[in-house]
Amino acid sequence: MSTTKEQLEGAVVNTEHSLLQTQQDLKVLKDLTGQYIQETTGTAPNFQINAAEIPKVTTENTQSTQTVPTHALNQWIAPMWQNLIIETSYFIAAVLFIIGLKRMSSPVTARVGIVWAGIGMVVATLVTFGYPGMSNYQLILIAILVGAVPAFWFAKKVPVVAMPQMIALYNGMGGGAAAAIAAVELARGVTHSTTVQTLAVLGAIIGSISFSGSLIAFAKLQELMKKSLIFKNQQLINLIVLVTILLLGLVIIIQGPQVMPTVMILFFVLALAFGIMMTLPIGGADMPVVISLYNALTGLAVGFEGFVLHNNAMIIAGTVVGASGTLLTQLMAKAMNRSIGNVLFSGFGATAGEVSTEEVKGSLKPIDAQDAAVMMMYAKQVVIIPGYGMAVAQAQHKIWELTKALKERDVVVKFAIHPVAGRMPGHMNVLLAEAGVPYDLIFDLDEINAEFEQTDVALVIGANDVVNPIARSDPNSPIYGMPILNADKAKNVIVIKRGRGTGFAGIENHLFYMDNTRMLYGDGQKMGAELLQNVKSLS
Amino acid sequence: MIEGFTSLYIFMLAAFTGYEVISRVPVILHTPLMSGSNFIHGIVLVGAMVALGQADDTLEKTIGFIGVVLAVGNAVGGYFVTERMLEMFKSSKGGAK
Repeated sequence: MSTTKEQLEGAVVNTEHSLLQTQQDLKVLKDLTGQYIQETTGTAPNFQINAAEIPKVTTENTQSTQTVPTHALNQWIAPMWQNLIIETSYFIAAVLFIIGLKRMSSPVTARVGIVWAGIGMVVATLVTFGYPGMSNYQLILIAILVGAVPAFWFAKKVPVVAMPQMIALYNGMGGGAAAAIAAVELARGVTHSTTVQTLAVLGAIIGSISFSGSLIAFAKLQELMKKSLIFKNQQLINLIVLVTILLLGLVIIIQGPQVMPTVMILFFVLALAFGIMMTLPIGGADMPVVISLYNALTGLAVGFEGFVLHNNAMIIAGTVVGASGTLLTQLMAKAMNRSIGNVLFSGFGATAGEVSTEEVKGSLKPIDAQDAAVMMMYAKQVVIIPGYGMAVAQAQHKIWELTKALKERDVVVKFAIHPVAGRMPGHMNVLLAEAGVPYDLIFDLDEINAEFEQTDVALVIGANDVVNPIARSDPNSPIYGMPILNADKAKNVIVIKRGRGTGFAGIENHLFYMDNTRMLYGDGQKMGAELLQNVKSLS
Repeated sequence: MIEGFTSLYIFMLAAFTGYEVISRVPVILHTPLMSGSNFIHGIVLVGAMVALGQADDTLEKTIGFIGVVLAVGNAVGGYFVTERMLEMFKSSKGGAK
């Protein structure tokens, strides 16, 4: 009884000061008022509500039943300010997000950018505590603590190498949250307009896929899951599941609150399962593209749920991320010479059954650190090609010291970064930046590839697939067509590598067997230190 | 009807904004930027708070609670991962000379 009254007051006030903006508020008001009249007077409610008549209905009720407290009028003015403050804060937050994102797109202002966006987030979060009709404050505070403490701790403690999978994990959580909002809104039993209901359902599908898909991406990058699961008719089964999800979604849209709970549960379970099934066949090398795609999808889901909740901050931030994430995904896929559709539906290594037509010629020729150091010291130009192996070995600091030692001997040293080196575009740049390598020594694929022919030594450290010449020559290779760094065109190639294993894509690297290639076996950091020591002692 | 179209305009303009803001980004910032945009969709937290704040029965509260936990993880984790990545760009400036 008392909750009904509170809800009634809340609904009345809400509807008045937001200028009767939504149909579902009207519906709530109508239902609750009717219920209230029924309970207090015992007679069936007798009124027709439409938007224009709302204020009349509430004043009538206040006078006739004398049960809605007289301070209702005071509550009318306070929430008006409350709403103004909330909307203004959301507006400021949205502006801060866009400025922050803009600043993050330049190396000079990037660090300020995240702080601006962070301030926007804090402002938006704090004012939300004053949102009209809110209760369960204790639960909210507990939930925030439960979520924030581990997220903070892991974000601070995880090694830099593992950051790509942390992005995947946190992104998945965002998608899950969007799906949870959709679930609450759909379970609430309130009739939404068809548009809102559709957006809620779409947000639920996209958010769920992003949630479970990102978790699989996380597991793959964390190497909890090494195999790609590929089975017969996989595409067909996925398609059937997707169509089923869409049909169930349609049922939920049409039936609204009357929908059976089993339909709802099946809908969410299938959407979560689809995210897993979609991600399982995709190989680890394609994960950056996939994570970026899920990032964009989460943004879109957040934007959709923003429409459902009439929350402009969510609409704008979600849509901005959805659009920029899509562009980022395209850029990455382009760098790998694959379309997004190709990444998602072909399954990396789907050609693994076909035998590569090119045989590996030559043999692996080892070299020791001293000879390698001499080779580099008397070179005119050395190009260093870092890969994931450098990240794992944390070798970037030693490599930078080595670079400085070589530069003192007037050797020109450049860094060549493949767009997908490491596990994410820009991953290597972050690590080199951490070690203190200045930007002007770092070149990307297009800038450096023409220079390899004038390069005396190409030092490959922990990179594999991105320098594999098979991408140019063997149409049966799964990486065929991917642009590579032409390290094989350099006069000499030194490869620092821990063992004889293949790269992330699981393909034999023909570069390692070439006549002008020497293998320097060992841990990247240790070998970097030994090279440095030799260069220094021989100088 | 008009409300719906206003929303559609907001959606369109926000989409163009997102596209434009990113379009001239150097490759070196792709990872931090993905991380940064990952943080920004952490705004889902305010929606999750409202969903939990207005939840009535146990089921709604449970789902809402999970929603807030996930959303706050997205926001907090996303922020500090991004900050740590960008922190490295500072040290590079110091080392560049």
